[in-house]
Amino acid sequence: MFEQGRHRHWLWIGGFGAAYGLLGLFVENSYYQLIMTVVLIWAVVGLAWNLLSGYSGLISFGHAAFFGLGAYFVVLAQITWRLSPWLGIPLAGVLGGMAGLLVGVPTFRLRGHYFALAMLAYPLALLYVFEWLGYQEVAVPMMREAPGAFMQFADGRVYIFLSLALLLAAMALSRTLERSRYGMSLLAIKQDETAAEAAGIDTLLWKLRAIALSGGLAAAAGGLYAVVQLIVTPLSVFGLLVSAQALVVAMFGGVGTVWGPVIGALTLVPLSAFLDARFAEVLPGIQGVIYGVAIVAVVILAPEGVFWKIRDVLERRRGTNGTAAAAAAPAPARATGVQTDFSVAASDDGAPLLSVRGLAKSFGGLRAVSDVSLDVRRGEILGIIGPNGAGKTTLFNLLNGFVTADAGEITLDGERINGRRPNRICRRGVGRTFQVVKPFSRMSVADNVIVGAYVATADLDEARDIARDAIAVVGLTGAASALAGGISNKQLRLMELARALASKPTLLLLDEIFAGLSRDEVDDVMAIIRRLAKLGITIVIIEHTMQAMVRLVDRFVVLDHGAVLAEGSPEEITRNRIVIEAYLGTKWLADA
Amino acid sequence: MTAAQHVENFLQLLIAGLVTGTIYGLMCVGLSVIFGVMRVINFAQGEFMMLGMYFAYYCFGFIGAHIFFGDLIAPYVSALLAGPAVFLVGIALHRLLIRQVTGVGSTVLESEGHYAQLILTLGLSLILSNGGLVAFGSAPISISTPLSSTPWIVGPLYGEDVLLFINQGQTIAALIAIAVVVVFALLMRRSRLGRALRAAADNPEAAIYVGIDVDRAYRIAFGFGVGITAIGGGLLASSHPFQPYIGIDYVIVMYAGVVLGGLGSLSGAFFGGLTIGLVQQLSALFLPNQLQNTAIFVCFLLIILFKPDGLFGRAARRA
Repeated sequence: MFEQGRHRHWLWIGGFGAAYGLLGLFVENSYYQLIMTVVLIWAVVGLAWNLLSGYSGLISFGHAAFFGLGAYFVVLAQITWRLSPWLGIPLAGVLGGMAGLLVGVPTFRLRGHYFALAMLAYPLALLYVFEWLGYQEVAVPMMREAPGAFMQFADGRVYIFLSLALLLAAMALSRTLERSRYGMSLLAIKQDETAAEAAGIDTLLWKLRAIALSGGLAAAAGGLYAVVQLIVTPLSVFGLLVSAQALVVAMFGGVGTVWGPVIGALTLVPLSAFLDARFAEVLPGIQGVIYGVAIVAVVILAPEGVFWKIRDVLERRRGTNGTAAAAAAPAPARATGVQTDFSVAASDDGAPLLSVRGLAKSFGGLRAVSDVSLDVRRGEILGIIGPNGAGKTTLFNLLNGFVTADAGEITLDGERINGRRPNRICRRGVGRTFQVVKPFSRMSVADNVIVGAYVATADLDEARDIARDAIAVVGLTGAASALAGGISNKQLRLMELARALASKPTLLLLDEIFAGLSRDEVDDVMAIIRRLAKLGITIVIIEHTMQAMVRLVDRFVVLDHGAVLAEGSPEEITRNRIVIEAYLGTKWLADA
Repeated sequence: MTAAQHVENFLQLLIAGLVTGTIYGLMCVGLSVIFGVMRVINFAQGEFMMLGMYFAYYCFGFIGAHIFFGDLIAPYVSALLAGPAVFLVGIALHRLLIRQVTGVGSTVLESEGHYAQLILTLGLSLILSNGGLVAFGSAPISISTPLSSTPWIVGPLYGEDVLLFINQGQTIAALIAIAVVVVFALLMRRSRLGRALRAAADNPEAAIYVGIDVDRAYRIAFGFGVGITAIGGGLLASSHPFQPYIGIDYVIVMYAGVVLGGLGSLSGAFFGGLTIGLVQQLSALFLPNQLQNTAIFVCFLLIILFKPDGLFGRAARRA
C-alpha cells in the first residue's frame, strides 16, 4: 500500500517547502520573519522528539537538555574559539547525539513512568549548573568584519530559508526512517518490548540509535535557535517549557508521523506568539496557559493528534471504496506460493542441538528451577510437561535469555549461550512464542511477522517476502492485512508461530500454544507444528496437560517443583508411577 | 573555620534538614496517595502545592487581621484550611478531566493510558502555573509572622562555642505536618473510606465486584493527594518565599522522595521526603547554594537508576 504513497509523500514535502519558502520571500516585517523562523525551529524540535518518543513510545520530558546544550555550545564556541555557527550547528548536532547516548545508556533501563520522570531531571539539573557557571545571559558576539561567515544576516528572510532547510532535512530523515527497519523496530518496541526482544530486535541498540538521532536533531535546532534569538538564558533553553513545547507540537499534530510536529508547530507557535504580543503586558503567563489548554484539549478530544483525526475523517468521507481497495490488495500473496526455504539442514554428528546442565534459578526464596539437566535432540519434537508452578515457563525464559541463570550451563549447537540477551539468542536460531500471546496489537499481522523476519535479512523487501511465506506456512494468508489487535485466539497463536518462523529458527520454543483452543483448533495447530518439524526444525513445547501432547511429541520431559521428574517416550511416561503420583496424588496409584 | 564552627554548621543544617524534610515528607505522602491508589503520575502536584501556598497567603491576610492572636495561629490555620480548599479543586479537576484518561473503564492500551495521564497532568501543570502568574503576579512573596523570625536558642554547647538557632515557626509547622501524616495514616488504616481506597488501589476490578465505587475512590484519592500536598505548601509558605512557578522545583523534590520511599508506599514516601530534605540542606556543606537543587536532581536520578523500587520499597515490581 505504501509503495504508491511513497512518491506522493516526497511531493507533499517538496510542495510544502516551496510554498513556505515563497511565502517567506514576500514577508517584509521583521517580526513576522522571526515568527516564521521560530515556527520551523520548533517543528524540527517536535520532529526530533517524535523520532524517539513518537515511534518508541518512551515519552521524554527532557528534550530541553539536548536543545539547551546545542544552543549554549553554538554561542560559547563562537565566543571562545570564534567558531562559526556554520560549523557550530553541525557540531552541536554531534554533541547532542553523544549526549543522547550518555543519557540513554543508564535511562533506558527504565520503562514507562520511571523513564519519563528520569528524563525530566536532566534539563533541570543542567539549568542550575549553567546558572551556577555564570551563564545567566550569554549574547552572540556581533561579527561586523564577516557577518555572512558567522551566519549573521541583516535580512531576516535568510533565517527562514536556513530553518526551512533544516526542517526539510529533518522531514526527509524522519520519512526515510519511518518506512525502514528503524520505524518498524521502534513501533514493535512501543507495543511490546518483551516480544520485540524475543523476536530478535536488539531493543537497547535501537533505542540508543533513536535517542542519538533525536538528541542530535534537537541540539542542532537549539544551535540555530541561539543564532536567531542572539541571546541564550538557561530558562529559555533548558526550561520545562522547551521540553513541553517539543512534546506538545508533536502530540497536537499527531505522533508517529512526519506531518504531526509540522502541523502542531504551524498552528500553536503563531497562536502563542500572537497572544503573547497582544496580552503579554496584561497577562504575562498567557502563552503557557494556551499550551496547557492545547495539551489538555488534545488528550481529551483527539488523543491521536490533529493529523490522524483529519485523516480518519477524510477516509470516512471517502467511504467504502477505500476499504474495498484495501481488502482487495493482499490477494497476489496467495498466488505466488512459498519460495522461502525454512528447512534446517540435517546434521549427522548425533550431538544434541540444545543441552542443559545443572540449570538453577531462584526468585527470592522460591526455587523456580533447581538443577535441571536435559538434552534436545536435533529434529525432534520434545514435550515438557508438568503441573502449574513446575518451572516450565521459567525454563523457557532461561533458555531464550529473559532470565539469567543462577547456576548451570546452556549450550546451543556446541556454543554456551548463558547470559546472552534474548535478541542474540534469537539470532542464533531460537524462536519462541508466549503463554499469554504478545502481539504488536496496532500493527497488521503481516507487519508483526516482518519484524520477526529482520533477523533473517537486513533487506526490507526480502523481509516482506519471508514474512509472506511464513504466514502462508501457518495458513494465515487470508488474515495477513488484519490488525493483530482484532484477530481470534487461534490466529494470534499462529501469528506468533509465523513471527518466530520468519527468523528462520533451528529451534522453536512453544509456550502452551494450545491454551484456550478448541479440540478442532488444537488439531489444526498440531498439523502445522508437524509440518514445521518435517522441515527439520527442532521443537520444544510446554504444556501442563498430556492429552493432546501424546499424539504430537517424540519424547517427554516431566518437570515438577523445578526439577526433572522423568524422561522418556509418550508410552513410558503415561505408565510411569512417579508421574502419575505427581499429577494425581498417591491415592490414584492403586488404580493405575 | 574551627572544629566547633564545623560542628555548629553541621548541626544547624541537620536541624534545618529535619524540619524542612518533615514538610517535604507530608507533601510526598500526598503525591504517594495519588500514585498508590490511582497509579497516576501527577505532574501538576507542584502546582497544587503552589495553590496551597497562595491560598494560605490570602487566608492568612484575612484571618490575621480579623481574629485575636491572629498572627500567631493564623499561618497554621490557613495552611490547614488550604487542604480542604485544594481538595475541592482536585475533586473538580478529576471529575472534569483526569477521569477521562484513567480509571477502570478506559479502553486504551495500558502503556498509552499512562502517557495520556502524564501528558494531561503536564498540561494542567502549565495551565495552573501560568494561570497563577496571571492571577497572582510574578513577585516572590511569603507569609511573615513573628514566629517565623524567632528562634529558640540552644546552647552554648561544646564548651562555649556552639550555638544553635531553631526557628520556632518552622518547628511548629513540622510538628503540624507530622500530626497531619499520622491522622491521615489512621484514616487510611482504620476507616471504611480508607479500606475502600486501599481496595481500589489493590485490585480495582475486584473492588468493583464487591461494590466499591472505584471511580469515586479515585476521585477522593486525588482530592486527598492534592489537598495534603497543599497543606505542606501552606506550611512551607511561612518560611520560604514563593512565586507561581515554584511548583516545578518541588515536583522533583516530591518525586525524588516518593521514588526513594518506593512508589505507592505512604510511610516510605514520608521518610523519602525527609531524606530529600536532609540531602538538600546538608549538600550546602560541600556545594554552592545554587547547586542545592542540582544535588536533589542528581540524587533523584541515582535513586531512579539504581534502586527504582526505592530504598524502603517493597519487593521488586516491574514498571
